[in-house]
Amino acid sequence: MTELLAGTRKGLFVLEGEPGGTFEVSRRAFAGETVEYAMRDPRSGRVLASVTSAFYGPKLWWTDDPAGDWEQASGVALPEGGDAALERIWVIAAGEADGVLYAGGDPGVLLESHDGGASWELNRGLWEHPSRDHWQPGGAGLCLHSIVTWPGEPDRLAVAISAAGMWLSDDRGATWRSGNEGLVAGYLPEDTPPDEIALCVHRVHRARTRPERLFLQFHGGVYRSDDAGESWTDIGAGLPSDFAFPLAVDPADPDSAYVIPLTADTDRVTPDGRVRVYETRDAGASWTARGDGLPQEHAYLTVLREAFAWAGEGERLELYFGATSGDLFGSADAGATWSAAATRLPPVLSVATG
Amino acid sequence: MATVRLRGRLKRLAGDRPAQLVEGDTVVELLQALEREHPAVRGWILDERGVIRRHINVFVNGELGEGRTRVGAEDRVDVLPAISGGCAP
Repeated sequence: MTELLAGTRKGLFVLEGEPGGTFEVSRRAFAGETVEYAMRDPRSGRVLASVTSAFYGPKLWWTDDPAGDWEQASGVALPEGGDAALERIWVIAAGEADGVLYAGGDPGVLLESHDGGASWELNRGLWEHPSRDHWQPGGAGLCLHSIVTWPGEPDRLAVAISAAGMWLSDDRGATWRSGNEGLVAGYLPEDTPPDEIALCVHRVHRARTRPERLFLQFHGGVYRSDDAGESWTDIGAGLPSDFAFPLAVDPADPDSAYVIPLTADTDRVTPDGRVRVYETRDAGASWTARGDGLPQEHAYLTVLREAFAWAGEGERLELYFGATSGDLFGSADAGATWSAAATRLPPVLSVATG
Repeated sequence: MATVRLRGRLKRLAGDRPAQLVEGDTVVELLQALEREHPAVRGWILDERGVIRRHINVFVNGELGEGRTRVGAEDRVDVLPAISGGCAP
């Protein structure tokens, strides 16, 4: 049995099912509200959800039983009396140290919890970074959407911000430096200085068995880093489009990555009305379309950056992605075949495996 | 002290009282005093800047007000979700 946590425009949907089959909605929470992201901390079993009320602003909630009551987490805010307010929380990630969680949000902020998500504090190193005044928001705001921990090394952390590029820390977030060498933005002039940070990174994941390797979906292009995010190599050749949001990896295979290309930044739907996941097993040297079981005709889906998740690894790798159409697809064989896990949900913003 | 009236979730966060007397010379001062008395309200009406959230409306004696609107002891202040916040598809 696999559990999926689907954040949607109209609430959190907890789905359960067998890999490769249809999933049933077992619970719905935050009915009517935008649930940006939800995750179950694998260490504690606690479920955390980011909810953005149109009326009351962004909040983080947690529960040890999704069928029961939720508690509002404290400290989810920017410093009082300043000139900025927290707009939304994009993502929540388990840290490497006991009880540590991270949350990324708009305007380009990282929050930390040291008690399993009940209380949070702002990461001051990133908030007070001297370059912050030059950071530019992407189309969805100045969102910190990717938080990439280093297995077994809690001091090392990478985060990505749209559109302020990659940021790396070796001291548990006390100080940060950019890691953008090799990223080329087609929306900037050719003679842009190499230290430009207006870089619209869409999603980043680390290969856990080779942690110095990261894969990155850019606003235009897919990149790989083999030096822990210091520099990047374009690996997008062979894909039908260089524009996409989500990214997934097989934890057992550091040469693996999966992307779901969209037509272009001006037409954010699956190309040619066909839904296809593209897989590499050679670190981006080549890509293979994986569409068996996915709609291949008149299917113009939009898959957002947090809406692609996995469980397991190797040949039994499970992959799941949701679309703003309300469709949710799954694969139980590492992307070889796919089927509809759920349909007619509200627009899916995020998917996580429990 | 002005009378502040809340509904729904805000009312529950503020001790589940439909109306309460709160000290302050402006709408924002009233809401800040309300937060001090009921910390659970913090962040729900005013954001970190002390600004009334975009889709919250505050009425003073039935007329739409804003943060700096002055209030007196006999005034009634209603805090309501705005219809503009409920239309996202």
